[in-house]
Amino acid sequence: MSNGSAFLGLPAFPGAAREAVGNAQLRHNLRKATHTIRSKRAAVVGELDDWEELRAAGKAVKDHTLRHLDHYLVRLEEAVTAAGGHVHWAADADEANRIVTELVRATGGHDVVKVKSMATQEIGLNEALEAEGIRAYETDLAELIVQLGDDRPSHILVPAIHRNRSEIREIFLREMAAWGEPAPDDLTDEPRVLAEAARRHLRKRFLTAQVAVSGANFMVAETGTLVVVESEGNGRMCLTLPETLISVVGIEKVVPTWQDLAVFLQLLPRSSTGERMNPYTSMWTGVAPSDGPRNFHLVLLDNGRSRVLADEVGRQTLRCIRCSACLNVCPVYERAGGHAYGSVYPGPIGAILTPQLRGTTSELDASLPYASTLCGACYEVCPVAIDIPEVLVHLREQVVEGGGHRAERAAMKAAGWIFADPARLARVQRVAGRARRIVPRRLPGPGAAWTDTRDLPVPPEQSFRDWWAAERGRPTTPRSNP
Amino acid sequence: MSSRDAVLARIRAALVDVPADEAVDGPRPSEASPPRARVARDAVLPLLVEHLRDYRAVVHEVAPDELAGALAEALRRRGCKSVIVPPGTPVAWIAETDGIELLDDTTPLTVDRLDAADGTVTGCAVAIAETGTIVLDAGPGQGRRALTLVPDYHLCVVHAEDVVASVPEAFPRLDARRPLTWISGPSATSDIELDRVEGVHGPRTLEVLLVRPTPGR
Repeated sequence: MSNGSAFLGLPAFPGAAREAVGNAQLRHNLRKATHTIRSKRAAVVGELDDWEELRAAGKAVKDHTLRHLDHYLVRLEEAVTAAGGHVHWAADADEANRIVTELVRATGGHDVVKVKSMATQEIGLNEALEAEGIRAYETDLAELIVQLGDDRPSHILVPAIHRNRSEIREIFLREMAAWGEPAPDDLTDEPRVLAEAARRHLRKRFLTAQVAVSGANFMVAETGTLVVVESEGNGRMCLTLPETLISVVGIEKVVPTWQDLAVFLQLLPRSSTGERMNPYTSMWTGVAPSDGPRNFHLVLLDNGRSRVLADEVGRQTLRCIRCSACLNVCPVYERAGGHAYGSVYPGPIGAILTPQLRGTTSELDASLPYASTLCGACYEVCPVAIDIPEVLVHLREQVVEGGGHRAERAAMKAAGWIFADPARLARVQRVAGRARRIVPRRLPGPGAAWTDTRDLPVPPEQSFRDWWAAERGRPTTPRSNP
Repeated sequence: MSSRDAVLARIRAALVDVPADEAVDGPRPSEASPPRARVARDAVLPLLVEHLRDYRAVVHEVAPDELAGALAEALRRRGCKSVIVPPGTPVAWIAETDGIELLDDTTPLTVDRLDAADGTVTGCAVAIAETGTIVLDAGPGQGRRALTLVPDYHLCVVHAEDVVASVPEAFPRLDARRPLTWISGPSATSDIELDRVEGVHGPRTLEVLLVRPTPGR
């Protein structure tokens, strides 16, 4: 199921990635998908000659908001309340789940329709509701595929990116009946036919739903407006038809003013789906007379975000607008896939966001800052200019300070001892030079994994320091630069 | 301590590096500089048409006195027997729709009635050329949001004076307190192998009548 808790107990990134890399079908699906979105994005970004200015504006607006987050959240709360909405604050996942469960219970309903939402996946809301006897129906096509397949999402934008059409057909034929309207017997694997099956499967549920749960892409502090960006119309169905709407939104999603929103409605669709604009964007402010839900609840979610905010280097991670452009250009994601990251946030952004939200105490979370080659492609495409490599290196420092990798720690300690004393270094270098003929091709013990994919360099006959001394005829003493 | 106070206290503690006198409500880049005109004025309408068609909307350009005829013709071509007409729709728009049942939503229609209708006719608040977007604000002639969601066909009348070049230009024209729906083509998904399929849960056909300004005015 598409949730946070399903990720618990997963192996660290290297183990999970090794399995994924061996799956040829998965690699083929991922390569096709990421390269397609990548070129679509490049084409529509190229249409705007002031893209870099927009990107700088997006960064500046988000940075400013984060530096005064308390102020803007209080303003948002006032505006939403004035417009007839109710605002709840959740310090962590458990509290958010408890609030939503109680709100659903109060309606007397036993099921909810859901708009695709990263925040509710992060807190494992579906499972929490299930445990209380409330069934959550995912309505986004990709989330439906993931939910019916008892699977996990592997991409922020297209969570079923790891599934091809014939796999989706099989899942629909096998599982739809247990969740509602069954798939037609003559279902083919044509995307148009599969989409039609999803439409029929969910139609009645939309028209009769009493409670919907959503996230939001943006919240406007000035006006109290929430924004959901989508494509299929499932979002509009959930946001418009039920009596009660509950939106669970991370505290970092706020922007100060109505006009600020214009920046992000230009940045997000082009970066995300590679479209000038996504098919549907819904904006609502509290409760509107005789249009849409009669009850609106906003649950503001912290769940580790205030901890991210406290780190002056890591803080920029909270600028993220979940476009997924960084996934589509990442050489590591393309080969390892989304599941290896062990979190609802995969790819480069996941490699920095997850360890900050959850801490680096588990082996999986401590391995995530290393799930990168630091090539910087993610930074280049990020619409809010998050310097992901900078944060990765910063987090690696934290992992090392917090104990780090055992073999690496031993190696670094030895290196520190050798480099600390020039005479000691010279002796070690001479010994290494003389022993060059007996250096193995592969390292023994824990170093073996490193040499599986790399050649061990053969030490030179003569160290640079000895060569310098021989050439210039004087000992290598430090001298000051002119 | 309530969770509200706890979260706000954690945020304030996290921001100790921010100077206490740093300006909060000052202008930001999105407000300080007006949006740069990326599109020449006379290129705006052709660009809107091109971008609407790019995302599979059906577009017709009509003169003001051709609107009623074009609207009725579009409904007949589609085979519509009953269409929803939101409160506040100009009578002149629907003057030639003889033989087509017009469903009035002044008393809100049930969801089943919406589902049984063949389509909906609306106006719009703003259209954006650069993105091929139509924005509805639930005003007169547009109606509540469900009207353009449940029926499978949406016919939208766009007046040239409501067309802006870019996204930032649309914002000052819109009232955030109204429920807004931004529509760029028919509903679509790319969730299966990134193959774009038009029409999932929202209307599968979007047709636009773009009313050009009367020449010489």
